[in-house]
Amino acid sequence: MAQTDTAQAPDGAVLSVHNMSMNFGGLRALSEVDLEVRQGEVVALIGPNGAGKTTFFNCITGIYTPSEGDVFAYPRSGKKRRVNGMRTNLVCELGMARTFQNIRLFPSMTALENVMIGRHCRTKTGILGAILRGPGTRREEQMVVDSSYELLKKVGLEKMANEYSRNLPYGAQRRLEIARALATEPFLLLLDEPAAGMNPQETLELKEMVIRIREEFKVSVLLIEHDMKMVMSLSDRIYVMEYGRVISTGTPKEVGEDPQVIRAYLGEESDA
Amino acid sequence: MAAENIFAHVKRALIAAVWLAFLTAPIMVIRVDTVEKTVTWRWMHLAYMAAGSFLLALVWYIMLERRDRGKANKDAEGNVKESALARGFADPKLVKPMLAFGFVAAVAFPWIFSMYQTNILVSALIYVVLGLGLNITVGLAGLLDLGYVAFYAVGAYTYALLNHHFDLGFWTVLPMGAIMGAFFGLLLGFPVLRLRGDYLAIVTLGFGQIIRLVLENWSDFSFGPSGIANIDRPGLFGIPYSVEQATTYIYYIMLGLVMLTIFVTARLKDSRIGRAWLALREDEIACQAMGIDNTRAKLMAFALGATLASLMGVVFAAKTTFVNPASFTFMESAMILAIVVLGGMGSVVGVILGAFLLMLLPEYMRAFSEYRMLLFGATMIVIMVFMPKGLVRAKRKIYKINAETAG
Repeated sequence: MAQTDTAQAPDGAVLSVHNMSMNFGGLRALSEVDLEVRQGEVVALIGPNGAGKTTFFNCITGIYTPSEGDVFAYPRSGKKRRVNGMRTNLVCELGMARTFQNIRLFPSMTALENVMIGRHCRTKTGILGAILRGPGTRREEQMVVDSSYELLKKVGLEKMANEYSRNLPYGAQRRLEIARALATEPFLLLLDEPAAGMNPQETLELKEMVIRIREEFKVSVLLIEHDMKMVMSLSDRIYVMEYGRVISTGTPKEVGEDPQVIRAYLGEESDA
Repeated sequence: MAAENIFAHVKRALIAAVWLAFLTAPIMVIRVDTVEKTVTWRWMHLAYMAAGSFLLALVWYIMLERRDRGKANKDAEGNVKESALARGFADPKLVKPMLAFGFVAAVAFPWIFSMYQTNILVSALIYVVLGLGLNITVGLAGLLDLGYVAFYAVGAYTYALLNHHFDLGFWTVLPMGAIMGAFFGLLLGFPVLRLRGDYLAIVTLGFGQIIRLVLENWSDFSFGPSGIANIDRPGLFGIPYSVEQATTYIYYIMLGLVMLTIFVTARLKDSRIGRAWLALREDEIACQAMGIDNTRAKLMAFALGATLASLMGVVFAAKTTFVNPASFTFMESAMILAIVVLGGMGSVVGVILGAFLLMLLPEYMRAFSEYRMLLFGATMIVIMVFMPKGLVRAKRKIYKINAETAG
């Protein structure tokens, strides 16, 4: 079990969500959600299909603006920032990078270029710089290439650097998405069902990779996942959602024993 | 195997030929003379029709099969086989002499060929730049712009009006035209930021029509459909020159502008900006989620494309010495878009080839006069069926990785 706490202050939060709700017209997709991710933690968000997990991700990454509540981020600079309704690219620039449930790579760009896109917000060549291609631009460009290649190596894709990303096998595409997210130098990595569609062996490798990445890049991880084995062994804390509400939180053990969670997953007991 | 295939093709071609002959029989065979009140039966026409369509269909089916077999080969080998054309452009040993020869030929052209030929080539070069400009918006950033000709009109009228009212020269207006183009690019860019795909296409189509209709109907401003005549040709340090020399002069100006445009677009394509455009084209949501400012990237693409079109507008006005709204119809936008799609979206070399093909083909097919547009359309269909990615498939750059840092 990877529950051993990294030596952080108990309240070293990097993301805290208070009372967040999201309404689509009359539909309440999220209702008064509270959630906190602390420095160096791996936090899992689980729940049945349609519980609002991806909506939650979309709310904190600026794709949707939450109807109520607050989302605060504590980036590496140490300045508390309110994220509600911030533009998606600025959320990423702040240091919260995500992957997608249904892989969203740039299919006709090479694997290397996909990662290079992640470097975009940390570099600054403008139109003139690109046209003149002075020494500064060339140095920056080479740095982007080298650091992106370095990241590809971290996820074991260096041999496929010049392949079009649409030609990569499924598992490799998932890892490439993680590398792309890491390229933005995040303090919080948001993974939306990273193990979806993977076989047990690949899932195991993915788990080890997440642990390695957390140590090496000093990132916190918030992940949505359905693979219970992976969630239970990987996460420090778990939030369980059902019908847009958080119904239980705690360590994997606590959550596993919570009768409400068992009911949500296995259905109402007839004699209860 | 092959023999069986041939047999199958012959059978299908035969069926197609018989069917087509049957369908066209009434118009091809029967001729009714209403004056003489006679009916002539021209059975031979039926045979011509059947034989012609049989041959065409056979070639068509065989070509289609070859294309599919080519595709299958690619899948089996795992890597895409390139056409001889693409390989030629990739081989550095061939590229340099080819470029040198091309440059010398381009410089010598007006001295070898007639003024008429030079004039045609100037038009083709204008479309090369227009194609490269639209290639930024459509090919790289994936923003389907059907009103591109509007920016061309902006440039042309900027020069025409400033020259008419204030006597400003070509070289003064050229940068002003670029600025006007960028301004109008942003003007169109802002309202369509949220749109994409078909919706974007319709709004830009509307924008193109609005510009043309304003020019046509606001007579006090633009002199309406009669246009503006007697626009000055580009100045040459105050040296007077003849019409013939003017063509040569404008040809060289265009040659310079084309090279500048190729340089700029090629560099942009493989830069941080160009990659952001590609990402925008591939997946807008992922692009923004990875920290790229969509708004900026889109506005930049619109403004740059518009700037190039507007520059060409200025040259066009100076070349023809006359502008009127009829030069800026939707047909022009469609033509430029065809250049980009046919040449190969996102490929600089492809767009240049596309521009020459689409501009020069109709010129040199004048010999077939009335069948010109028919042949032109057929050529486009054939290219699109057999080369759906365009003449030159856009390829991504292979980046050089520093061994020391990557080690």
